Amino acid sequence: MSINYLTPAFLIERDKDRCIDCQVCVRQCANEAHRWDEEEQRVFSEDANCVNCHRCVVMCPTRALHIKKFPLEFRNNANWTQDAMRAIYLQAETGGVLLTGMGNDRPYPIYWDHMLLNASQVTNPSIDPLREPMELKTYLGRKPDFLKIKKGKLLEDIPPQLELDVPIMFSAMSFGSISLNAHKSLAAAAKKVGTYWNTGEGGLHKDLVEHGSHTIVQVASGRFGVDADYLKTAAAIEIKIGQGAKPGIGGHLPGEKVGEEVSQTRMIPLGTDAISPAPHHDIYSIEDLRQLIYSLKEATEYQKPVIVKIAAVHNVAAIASGIVRAGADVVAIDGFRGGTGAAPLRTRDSVGIPIEFALAAVDTRLREEGIRNQVSLVVGGSIRNSSDIVKAIALGADAVYIATSALISMGCHMCQKCYTGKCNWGIATQDPQLTKRLNPEIGAERAANLLKAWAHEIEEMLGGMGINALESLRGNRLMLRGIGLTDRELNILGIKAAGE
Amino acid sequence: MLKEGQIRIPAGCAISGIMNKKGELTSGQDIIKSIAVMHDRSNGLGGGFAAYGIYPEFKNHYALHLFYDDKKVKQETEFLLNKFFSIEQAEPIPTRNISAIKNVPLIWRYFAKPKVKEMALYESESEYVVDFIMRINSEVEGAYVFSSGKNMGTFKGVGFPEDIGEFFRLDEYKGYSWTAHGRFPTNTPGWWGGAHPFSLLDSTIVHNGEISSYDANRRFLEMYGYKCTLQTDTEAITYIFDLLLRKFGLPLESAVNIVAAPFWSKISRMNSEQQKLFKALRVVYSSLLINGPFSIILGSTNGFMALNDRLKLRSLIAAQKGDNMYIASEESAIREICKNPDKSWAPKGGEPVICLLDGKESLYEFDQVDENEFVRHSVAL
Repeated sequence: MSINYLTPAFLIERDKDRCIDCQVCVRQCANEAHRWDEEEQRVFSEDANCVNCHRCVVMCPTRALHIKKFPLEFRNNANWTQDAMRAIYLQAETGGVLLTGMGNDRPYPIYWDHMLLNASQVTNPSIDPLREPMELKTYLGRKPDFLKIKKGKLLEDIPPQLELDVPIMFSAMSFGSISLNAHKSLAAAAKKVGTYWNTGEGGLHKDLVEHGSHTIVQVASGRFGVDADYLKTAAAIEIKIGQGAKPGIGGHLPGEKVGEEVSQTRMIPLGTDAISPAPHHDIYSIEDLRQLIYSLKEATEYQKPVIVKIAAVHNVAAIASGIVRAGADVVAIDGFRGGTGAAPLRTRDSVGIPIEFALAAVDTRLREEGIRNQVSLVVGGSIRNSSDIVKAIALGADAVYIATSALISMGCHMCQKCYTGKCNWGIATQDPQLTKRLNPEIGAERAANLLKAWAHEIEEMLGGMGINALESLRGNRLMLRGIGLTDRELNILGIKAAGE
Repeated sequence: MLKEGQIRIPAGCAISGIMNKKGELTSGQDIIKSIAVMHDRSNGLGGGFAAYGIYPEFKNHYALHLFYDDKKVKQETEFLLNKFFSIEQAEPIPTRNISAIKNVPLIWRYFAKPKVKEMALYESESEYVVDFIMRINSEVEGAYVFSSGKNMGTFKGVGFPEDIGEFFRLDEYKGYSWTAHGRFPTNTPGWWGGAHPFSLLDSTIVHNGEISSYDANRRFLEMYGYKCTLQTDTEAITYIFDLLLRKFGLPLESAVNIVAAPFWSKISRMNSEQQKLFKALRVVYSSLLINGPFSIILGSTNGFMALNDRLKLRSLIAAQKGDNMYIASEESAIREICKNPDKSWAPKGGEPVICLLDGKESLYEFDQVDENEFVRHSVAL
């Protein structure tokens, strides 16, 4: 084997005064960054294997471990950065596409952090959510233009709606990309809080059918796990066209992750690669999408809302408009910072646009066309906290999708190595030794806590603005002001500058 | 400094309303006395009145009241008026010179009927008239239509309401229903069009409060062709009722249950039939919920309706004496003109007080819209 030109990315520091050679780190690390030396009777570290997932740091009973960025410095070069060079060493060695996990980590502007919220002073009262009712209830689905009412009676039922107690749903992550215990955690958390979780494209495991009323099932280009029961079990169906982390490309679950359970759930042979094509091979244009939307509606007797999920790309406003006219009940848009279990690095880091712009552009466009009220808009792609949500709703969203935040609540430390299948936190892995580390009851509790905490914070911010129902914030862009943005950016976001 | 319409100006206010259910006419003196009691609730930057039943001799004509900045824009506007309407009579609105009222614009009124041949493209006469008003107000700089109903009129300007009432000689008009407004804007618009009541066709609105849902409401309204040129809450509320009642043809009680929607907790306690209706109203028209404090009096030819926001964050008192109904921000404003009402009460948040002329069943009677042939019609040109 030729020399590996790569130097370690991280340095494992072991405080020998503290280390008791208990080997917890050895047992915890699936990457084999810690090793027990039988002869020396002590623990050693292999820096090169470390992905900086913090599992050993958190589990070490004596706090003997620290992980640092490897101190080896290249000669300063603003152009040829360490990342740029390391990528080349790796590709020169393997001849392969660079893979990565989780969302875009490049230092692009984060527009959420360039928007500020309003609060009431004097001319209208702020509302105290501890003393006054505060409503976050949100209904997603198609709305008729107007209602027919005669003698106090509704003449025609409204189309099916998803009822959310908090405006936050767990977005799609497939069984295969994450573990069954992670799915169980999300499903139970969604039920507990009164919202929905999303199966992703890998089907619905038989153990989770009981959570059907809080489940959104996905129909993606690979059609894994899709049959009539799957559709009927769900509360809503999502057609996945694209994903923010990798717009325009499909997915690939390697055969080694397709064990007994995954194989049954995805309805594919044991150990075979599960490949999702880049496009749906029955959707080559918007009119084809309409046919799929209505096929799914027919199959479920028009009882379930159909969501169409797309990645935020340059022409997203026009695409969204087409999707509304094609009959979707909810449009979900995933921004370029959205996470993934595995994506080609270059695609993840340089394709798509920020969700803030995509959302503003879509909401504005649908209003200009007079069709915004017909559908619901759900956005995702790096919602990090409750104020991101408040800002998203003020820009025009009905609700948000979160996935990375949900995984972090269950222990993920963002090492971005989901694609290796060696997730030490038991989330992005199918290895039974690892998956058992995530207790689904605790996972559900933590994910539910996150949603509850955010709901409280949203209520506080709403009350501060003198609003007591979330719908009065939706598209209420006067509640936002931009800071540090150009006129053009303010214009696209449709907001004023701070001080105006 | 930017004037109203170029910038959003919050305002506090006083409101008052009087009507006689038998349709007996009284002069504007009572309503002036009533609103004058609440002098401290306004700051001299806006006052106004709406009066119903004042133009019996022109009761089938639209009475268009206009402010003009100068003669040139008056000429320009009159050219358009003559193109789209047959004008029966045009005259300056009579005023008194009083020292408190300054910087008076040209104030004219026109009794007019739409020209039939121009209306061909429109669904209804009202749509035609509304579209015309929207165009003047948004496109003709320096002209502003501030009243456009039949047998009714709005009178308003910059000043305390009692001075505005004297200025417009309201003691010389006789009407069966009067509403008044005193304004406390937190900025100096100095523009007469910015005063209230706000009116569109026969409906007028006086409003106290600052709604926190403004931009959500506005952006929804704009999908239906409304142009919120003034950027005021009152304008938005007027259009909301116009959209719900006139364009969508919803009953008034449904409109009330949309703008001051019952809480979900209350809806969950209703019977299933009601639940279905209330849920549908909240789900479909969620963008028209009016959030934040407001008390309003919505006036029409058939009477008026007073309404509070669902938390009752603004004061509002109602009273009755015989055939007379009274509404005001403060009880003192009622007692000033009606010492011993038969009853007086504070309406609950979201609970409308509807006062109709005897024999009338609803606040509005619009051109019948065939629900099966309903098409959304944009008034944008």
